[in-house]
Amino acid sequence: MGTLSLNVALDRPGFELRVAIELALSGITALFGPSGSGKTTLLRVIAGLEREVHGTVAFDGETWASAGVHVPAHRRRIGYVFQDGRLFPHLTVEQNLQFALRRSSARPPSSIDLATAVDALDLRPLLRRRTPSLSGGEQQRVAIARALLTSPRLMLMDEPLSSLDTARKREILSHIEKLPEIFRVPVLYVTHNVEEVARLAGDVVLLSQGRAVAYGPVADVFERADFGSLTGGLEAGVVLRARVVAHERGIATLALAAQRLRVPMAAAPAGAIHPIRISARDVAIATVRPESLSIRNVLAAKILSIEPGANMNVELLLDVDGEHLRARITRDALEELELSVGRDVFALVKSVALESSLGT
Amino acid sequence: MPELELGPVWLSLQLAAITVLVLLAVATPLAWWLAFTRSRWRTIVEAVVAMPLVLPPTVLGFYLLILLGPAGILGAPWLTLTDTTLTFSFSGLVIASVIYSFPFAVQPLQGAFEAVGRTPLEAAATLGASPFDAFRSVASPLALRGYVSAAVLGFAHTLGEFGVVLMVGGNIPGSTRVISIAIYEHVETLDYAQAHVLSAGLLVFSFLVLLSVYTLNRRMPLVRV
Repeated sequence: MGTLSLNVALDRPGFELRVAIELALSGITALFGPSGSGKTTLLRVIAGLEREVHGTVAFDGETWASAGVHVPAHRRRIGYVFQDGRLFPHLTVEQNLQFALRRSSARPPSSIDLATAVDALDLRPLLRRRTPSLSGGEQQRVAIARALLTSPRLMLMDEPLSSLDTARKREILSHIEKLPEIFRVPVLYVTHNVEEVARLAGDVVLLSQGRAVAYGPVADVFERADFGSLTGGLEAGVVLRARVVAHERGIATLALAAQRLRVPMAAAPAGAIHPIRISARDVAIATVRPESLSIRNVLAAKILSIEPGANMNVELLLDVDGEHLRARITRDALEELELSVGRDVFALVKSVALESSLGT
Repeated sequence: MPELELGPVWLSLQLAAITVLVLLAVATPLAWWLAFTRSRWRTIVEAVVAMPLVLPPTVLGFYLLILLGPAGILGAPWLTLTDTTLTFSFSGLVIASVIYSFPFAVQPLQGAFEAVGRTPLEAAATLGASPFDAFRSVASPLALRGYVSAAVLGFAHTLGEFGVVLMVGGNIPGSTRVISIAIYEHVETLDYAQAHVLSAGLLVFSFLVLLSVYTLNRRMPLVRV
């Protein structure tokens, strides 16, 4: 839906941002990385809120910044949701929304109208309220609607959930999920939360120490062997979208192609798609199907590749009926079990990160 | 009870009102610049703005007399343009009052703009508001207390000035004879009754003004950011 070309450099004491990348934005693209990796700064550069930046920023063929050119933020037609909402305290909810609507350069019918935004974010009961009296979750919903009402060509969201508790996160996530479809606007979403990426994003840009180190579909980027070193410590692993096939007595059965994973989980309706993350270090390998074992999840798999990992470990990429898994084992184990590419093995999944806070 | 001498009262109110209008027009952009600039000139400008706070009114009055005089940088062109002198005139008093009360308007405004900060302005920009639009529709309402403080302090300070007025304006009834000058003259001529009326009036008025400012400050929590 939009091509964002970045080739930017920005220097601060103790930090430098160097990002040269072309993003084909559609749906929700996550800008992911640990704290201090430059996610927010990059988002501000894209928005035009950082003046001391060198290089070029272009969106859909329109140059926003280059040598001698700096299109100010108010002319870029972007929607920006700040971490802390930043509603205007002297205006009511409705007046905050009107503020954006009146300054939108889009005209009907191509513009987003008040009623659509209000309904999409369930704001009708809040319209007359003063903004300082709203809860954190309510403030973020208003902030999202307000950004949408400028009829932006690109939505930029800077960790909009970071200040919220679990229940509020869940409530807002379901709203954010729908945005690209309802409002036909691509979203660039900053977060340092793996589960938010898994739940929301199609593509992900991995940022580390001011540099974009990986970009692509979420599943591809997250299963890279060097994921851990790229993100400065985050474990390599995979993110899968598993379908719930049954749920009883607190245990959900998830389908992974033809195989099944049983995972403790709070209420999960059958049929729901659930993002799960399986770290490489939580997957062990056996050459025969083990019996008398406490680990409940044993999946038949085939070794796709073997790559060297840190600390005398190796990282295996496994194929499970078309889905991928990563396993981290020691070199000793690799040699002793005589593992090689193409061999059929069994993957023992010790634990599955669900982050039930993000459950539907 | 002696009859209230209205001439100086009226003149003082006029002078203070016009001074406040000029003050706000000049002080607002400067306070905005001081609040948001990263220029190294900022500290120097701040020091210059604060000078009237520490200088004796006589020093200020002396230089203003030279500046506004028929041969001065401001006075000479004024003389050619209007055929009148700036010294010992109402216009000259307005200029002197604006300079004398300048820190009283700049400082509360600067403080208020700093309290508003960049964050709401950035939000306004992302919503399509130009910098002036953001100043008008976001920063100014949020800095309302700063405007009120600047206006009230500027007004009250102008009413109370004496030394500068005496040196630049003298004592011309209907033109430069403001309340403080009238009081001084009444005391000099031992007319204590008249001095009492004007002094007590100024005292009560000043108290009421300050009381309303502090009340207003307490009652407007919404504009506190």
